[in-house]
Amino acid sequence: MSPDFTPVSAAIGGGLIGLAAALLWLALGRIAGISGILGQAIGAATSGAERLWRILFLLGLPLGAWLAVQLGLAGLPSAPPTNLALAVIGGLLVGFGTRLGSGCTSGHGICGLARLSPRSLAATIVFMAGGMASVFVLRHLIGG
Amino acid sequence: MRMSLIALVAGLLLGLGLAISGMFDPAKVLGFLDIAAIASGGWDPSLAFVMAGGLAVTLPAFQVARRWSQPVAAEKFHTPSAAGIDAKLITGALLFGIGWGLVGYCPGPAVAALAFGATGTIVFALAMAAGMLLHGAFATRR
Repeated sequence: MSPDFTPVSAAIGGGLIGLAAALLWLALGRIAGISGILGQAIGAATSGAERLWRILFLLGLPLGAWLAVQLGLAGLPSAPPTNLALAVIGGLLVGFGTRLGSGCTSGHGICGLARLSPRSLAATIVFMAGGMASVFVLRHLIGG
Repeated sequence: MRMSLIALVAGLLLGLGLAISGMFDPAKVLGFLDIAAIASGGWDPSLAFVMAGGLAVTLPAFQVARRWSQPVAAEKFHTPSAAGIDAKLITGALLFGIGWGLVGYCPGPAVAALAFGATGTIVFALAMAAGMLLHGAFATRR
């Protein structure tokens, strides 16, 4: 097992992610899917009020992450991406793929599975497998 | 007003959770996705615990909500359309997964990590937004 394994902070952080998703669903009836919320927030066909809550939600993400670091609840992220070409390709794939597949780790993984949606289960298995395949190729076939 | 405040609080909680769980750190995510490291003893299963911690809250919450006619502060539940498992879903999830594994960012952590202003994060987030707009352009043309 890796020395980086942090089950306690991972589960607590996961619980907070779940709490955020539960709040958005129980209070506003909205799925906390970041790709959907971001896609709608920057999409041309979104009306003013529909755009506003999405932008505020999205602003909360960096604010919350910054706060966690300021309060000493989390360390600074150790390694932001340094290969910019890879960042562009990865970003394009993540952006296009999450919209085509109607969701990401939060929408399918945290909300969809909780709704017992077969679609979300299928999507979660596929994107996990895709991520693992990518890392395998990059680290062990090309980088090996 | 109330809607905006709730959305901001939910976003804050999510940002806190992404940071505390370590998911805003690509190295941590890639350490989970690197299953070949299981054999060499270097695998980091933390992300599975993030998922479990999240579902421990959302599973009961979403099941309770089934019995509600409407959410607390809105008119209705915006339930995702159940289109079935189709090619779009699988292709999209596959492309997303491949991109996720290339960098270690999915959408939430990428947006959260913008707080720290690294060039790589900003470039990824802009490319991700471009990918979303590209999909929007495709979808409206058809």
